[in-house]
Amino acid sequence: MNIVVLVKQVPDSGAERTLSSQDFTVERASASNVINEMDEYAIEEALKIKEAHGGEVTVLTMGPAGATESIRKALSMGPDKAVHISDDALHGSCAVATSKVLAAALGQLNADLILCGAESTDGRVQVLPHMIAERLGIAALTGARKLTVDGSQLTAERQTDEGYEVVTAATPAVVSVWDTINEPRYPSFKGIMAAKKKPVQALSLAEVGVDAGEVGFAGATSQVLEYSKRPPRSAGTKITDEGDGGSQLVAFLATEKFV
Amino acid sequence: MAEVLVVVEGSVKKVTLELLTIARTLGSPSAVVFDSSVDQAKLAEYGAEKIYVAPASDYLVAPKATVVAQLVREKQPAAVLLGSTQEGKEIAGRLAVKLDNGLLTDAVEVAADGTATQVAFAGSTIVKSKVTKGLPIVTIRPNSVTPSPQPATPAVEDVTAELSEADKLTKVVERVTETKGSRPELTEAGVVVSGGRGVGNADNFKLVEELADLLGGAVGASRAAVDSGYYPHQFQVGQTGKTVSPQLYVALGISGAIQHRAGMQTSKTIVAVNKDPEAPIFELADYGVVGDLFKVVPQAADEIRKRK
Ligand SMILES: Cc1cc2nc3c(=O)[nH]c(=O)nc-3n(C[C@H](O)[C@H](O)[C@H](O)COP(=O)(O)OP(=O)(O)OC[C@H]3O[C@@H](n4cnc5c(N)ncnc54)[C@H](O)[C@@H]3O)c2cc1C
Ligand SMILES: Nc1ncnc2c1ncn2[C@@H]1O[C@H](COP(=O)(O)O)[C@@H](O)[C@H]1O
Repeated sequence: MNIVVLVKQVPDSGAERTLSSQDFTVERASASNVINEMDEYAIEEALKIKEAHGGEVTVLTMGPAGATESIRKALSMGPDKAVHISDDALHGSCAVATSKVLAAALGQLNADLILCGAESTDGRVQVLPHMIAERLGIAALTGARKLTVDGSQLTAERQTDEGYEVVTAATPAVVSVWDTINEPRYPSFKGIMAAKKKPVQALSLAEVGVDAGEVGFAGATSQVLEYSKRPPRSAGTKITDEGDGGSQLVAFLATEKFV
Repeated sequence: MAEVLVVVEGSVKKVTLELLTIARTLGSPSAVVFDSSVDQAKLAEYGAEKIYVAPASDYLVAPKATVVAQLVREKQPAAVLLGSTQEGKEIAGRLAVKLDNGLLTDAVEVAADGTATQVAFAGSTIVKSKVTKGLPIVTIRPNSVTPSPQPATPAVEDVTAELSEADKLTKVVERVTETKGSRPELTEAGVVVSGGRGVGNADNFKLVEELADLLGGAVGASRAAVDSGYYPHQFQVGQTGKTVSPQLYVALGISGAIQHRAGMQTSKTIVAVNKDPEAPIFELADYGVVGDLFKVVPQAADEIRKRK
């Protein structure tokens, strides 16, 4: 099976994150950047499928030059190769444009299965997988917590607010995953060494076949007008339980009309 | 006044009523439902001037986007509002591609001119944005506004859309409802009581549930509690779980890691019980009790029962 995993580099969610004061894009230059956590689960799932059914795993990233770091890290887990779409014109791209570029690249890669995270931790938009499926006209099994592959038949279990759903489709398909699907492996030393030699193909926008006017700020379908820091919450009353902590807590809840 | 489409993905939820409340400030609300058994009286009570009824389908989500796209083309609405839920976002994403249109997710407010206010980066940043191509397609986070009734007498119209082959690629073969009792839904609840690793084991989560029930709230959990198997994943609050914004959030045995805060920091009032006085959760708690939750929580529960 020819599997492509979508991997995005994002600013570390454990550190301070901000928007650029110049163009309101996510500040990536000063942030410590990592693989979007959910994408590690997609990589793991791809590797498990390859181990069971054979095939090849390709990592696909659209992102600035610095994203190579995350690509190497992704490769050190085990994928065979990577494709990195990078172009200055892409800066400022909205989700609609990003999906256009990724879908165009995927069109060239002939994937049977496209695996990706259910959402990225920076934008948390949670729309890319659906947009890509829509553009390519292929099946989408989104938000999977379990995936079974039987030949070209895919079955996924997806969490809903009420319980779960079992959904099926045939390849080619996009499957987005949540972190309940597996436990991603740690790269081994051998994996890290091997990743340095794995092929990473660079693609420009022209090579992908998308016009520069359709992406970046030029092609943006939405615009950030302004942003501000929310005033940080401040600590209120803090008491130490000396036998009546529970009662005091309820007294507070009562003044706030919760009981 | 132009129509504003309000997408009712499944049954009428609290977020649906919030969408109708916002829609009324933007134009004339038209609800789109995908099942004729949806509670139309409720939609009318909150101001739906029109209800479009599309047939239910056994295919996953894609057909709903096709229906909404057709309605946008036919009715030329001023905006499309959806819930910021897994399904709401899927419909919105597909719709944006179909119409080559911008979209905004996770808004908490939409101004009359379509400018949306979004909360980003774990609640630390407020962003104002606008769709610059096409009409505003906006997903709204549950608990963003207080739903207010404004009765209307809706005209009901059946809609059918021709589904493409691509709409019929993913089939739902089974829908399983897991009983969650009478508790409100996590993202919509006015009160959320969450337990963390400090709760110690799955059995002890009864304590969290008991307090939640006394307060009429939903139960949440930290990732550490979920990963340790104390509570199911769908109740996880935080960066990789649900975002909640209740009137009251109670954190029991939760340290308050940045990724947990990401999901609860916009709660109105935050209360924490933690035995570590240095726990970061106290930095944002309006009321904090430094103490053992196994002593504090049962006492609080008793006290609430006494006051009832
Ligand atoms: C990319 C990423 C995404 C993440 N997403 C999420 C997410 O969505 N949600 C989330 O919650 N976390 C998330 N995390 C994990 C997060 O960083 C923390 O590890 C997690 O929130 C810790 O959970 P906890 O507070 O329950 O456990 P701990 O940090 O272990 O804290 C337990 C607390 O309980 C207290 N305690 C222990 N016993 C008692 C007692 N008897 N009485 C009172 N207090 C007691 C302790 O003092 C301690 O403060 C994410 C991490 C990463 C890297
Ligand atoms: N620039 C990108 N390059 C590669 N994959 C991406 C990119 N943006 C998003 N994705 C994928 O789409 C998923 C959902 O992202 P999002 O819709 O942005 O929340 C992520 O988990 C990635 O797998």
